[in-house]
Amino acid sequence: MADSSSAGSPSVRSLQLALGPVLFYWTRERYAQFYRDAADWPVDIVYLGESVCSRRRDMKLDDWLGLGRELAQSGKEVVLSSQTLIESEADLRDLRKLCDNGEFRVEANDQSAVQRCANAGLAFVGGAALNLYNTAAIGVLQRAGMQRFNAPVEMSGADLAHLLDDGRAQGVAVPCEVFAYGHLPLAWSSRCFTARRYRHTKDRCRFVCQKHPEGMALRSREAGEVFTLNGIQTLSGACQDLRHDMASIADAGASVARLSPRAEGMADVVADFDAARRGELAAPDPLTLVDAEICDGYWYGRPGMDNTRRDSA
Amino acid sequence: MELVCPAGNLPALKRAVDEGADAVYFGFQNTTNARGFAGLNFTDKRAREGIDHAHAHGRRVFCAINTYPQPDGWKMWTRAVDDAAALGVDALILADMGLLDYAARRYPDLPRHLSVQGSATSHEALRFYHEQFGIRRAVLPRVLSITQVRDLARQSPVELEVFAFGSLCIMAEGRCYLSSYLTGESPNTRGVCSPAAHVRWEETDAGLESRLNGVLIDRYAAGENAGYPTLCKGRFEVEGETYHAIEEPTSLNTLELLPELAKLGISAVKIEGRQRSPAYVSKVAGIWRSAIDRLDADPERFHPDPAWIAGLGDVSEGSTTTLGAYERRWK
Repeated sequence: MADSSSAGSPSVRSLQLALGPVLFYWTRERYAQFYRDAADWPVDIVYLGESVCSRRRDMKLDDWLGLGRELAQSGKEVVLSSQTLIESEADLRDLRKLCDNGEFRVEANDQSAVQRCANAGLAFVGGAALNLYNTAAIGVLQRAGMQRFNAPVEMSGADLAHLLDDGRAQGVAVPCEVFAYGHLPLAWSSRCFTARRYRHTKDRCRFVCQKHPEGMALRSREAGEVFTLNGIQTLSGACQDLRHDMASIADAGASVARLSPRAEGMADVVADFDAARRGELAAPDPLTLVDAEICDGYWYGRPGMDNTRRDSA
Repeated sequence: MELVCPAGNLPALKRAVDEGADAVYFGFQNTTNARGFAGLNFTDKRAREGIDHAHAHGRRVFCAINTYPQPDGWKMWTRAVDDAAALGVDALILADMGLLDYAARRYPDLPRHLSVQGSATSHEALRFYHEQFGIRRAVLPRVLSITQVRDLARQSPVELEVFAFGSLCIMAEGRCYLSSYLTGESPNTRGVCSPAAHVRWEETDAGLESRLNGVLIDRYAAGENAGYPTLCKGRFEVEGETYHAIEEPTSLNTLELLPELAKLGISAVKIEGRQRSPAYVSKVAGIWRSAIDRLDADPERFHPDPAWIAGLGDVSEGSTTTLGAYERRWK
């Protein structure tokens, strides 16, 4: 397959890069260091906050707001991500505080957040778990105040192009963000799978997920990595990587490429995506692609775990 | 409390009605519902016959159109809504916000229930669906503890329906993409999870192996009971240990919670299993009918009959049952 990003078309150049919220449970020091570094990276948007588990409380809302102010001063658009699975009154209280922060827009990852933002007249970003697969659904949330939305992670590039074309034709043109890099968030449960591995109950989990800054690999009994366990969240085993598909992301009509933070090596990932949007990313080296645990199947309308470059090599 | 039973085909629908279901739910023969399995579901003609049978017995019929309309398929989903309305169903079970909007505008008088696939787990979310689309009822995801259900019931603007028995989804429904990650097909897009077309069984030297699109889901030693390779119920290796890392093959059974659910004002209990046989539907509907009747007759002294428990155990996945997330320590 030719490296389509080398075309460097104007639409690729105008793609924004977003750093998604950290999905793993890191220490305060690690978050601080990560965002100090990120302030200098060529990303346009930074999502902050704990979107996975309400028990992860090392970082308070004020801490996120503090980080947000620093990043805003570095010229980043800052968005606060809301928790995806809302289960309790305490979750709702935290959600209200988040939505009412008064400084930054919120990424609504559940209809609870949509409701809160809509009632308060606050513009919001729609998260991927809101399941926006069609123009009618996007229209509903646009009327509720949605200014950008994340495509469902399982949507193909062809379907996305179709969706965004349809939206333009119907006068529902909401900027769209695509999950371009990282372990794909695939499921949320009330059960904590990390605690389960340690034989702890969720209520007494001892925050063991903090020992796993990139989650725990779940392998099949043949050793292939299938999923990644991250507390109550299940992520893909392979890391989705669309760095060589930036042109087709732009061609589909998307405006933003989301890069989901990993514990190591994000500076290089961001640099590559930035190079890709400038048309300066070198073609992939077939040798490194064979070994790397990466996937891009969803974008090509195939099972998400597929690696189309490897399969066609 | 209303007993809502699954109807994967006309015989199942009739058996459910005959055994005392207050309402049955069904879907059309395409991917517009969350049991989009080959050989299952209803043509217009069969649906007509089923609705007539149920209505003749004073029971209600709900139509599940609870997958998410895909970018190139909007018309298939709206046609399903139009067809259900024309058939005279008593309610639509919907998940997608676009389709809810369509149904609310086009058929304002046809009751709308929020499907479990709509992932509403808080009263704020329920309020959203209520205000936006006038939903009358919501089916709660199987992720809430009984305490959380109680909190929700107190503040819900709509009737609540909860899962009582059947296969246990342990992820928040509507937000699980694990199946498409392995097979390209998911509950949201195609109405399937771990679809049979991708399943392969192989007898090997190491034992009987089940695979989903090539991925080894489980391997059984001689004498072990082999179950359908639903991807979240296989045995996997995590940090050097091989076990049911996500969930065991087991069924949800909330029979013992029935009095509490009634006290909370839960409007309906739902039986899962449109993909199961008419015999399953018949047996489960009959047992739950007896249980609800006994509860109504003497709520203070309700005890699940051991024969009910045994009967439900016989038709359970892995022949075991759990209270799932209703019970906090399960989490």
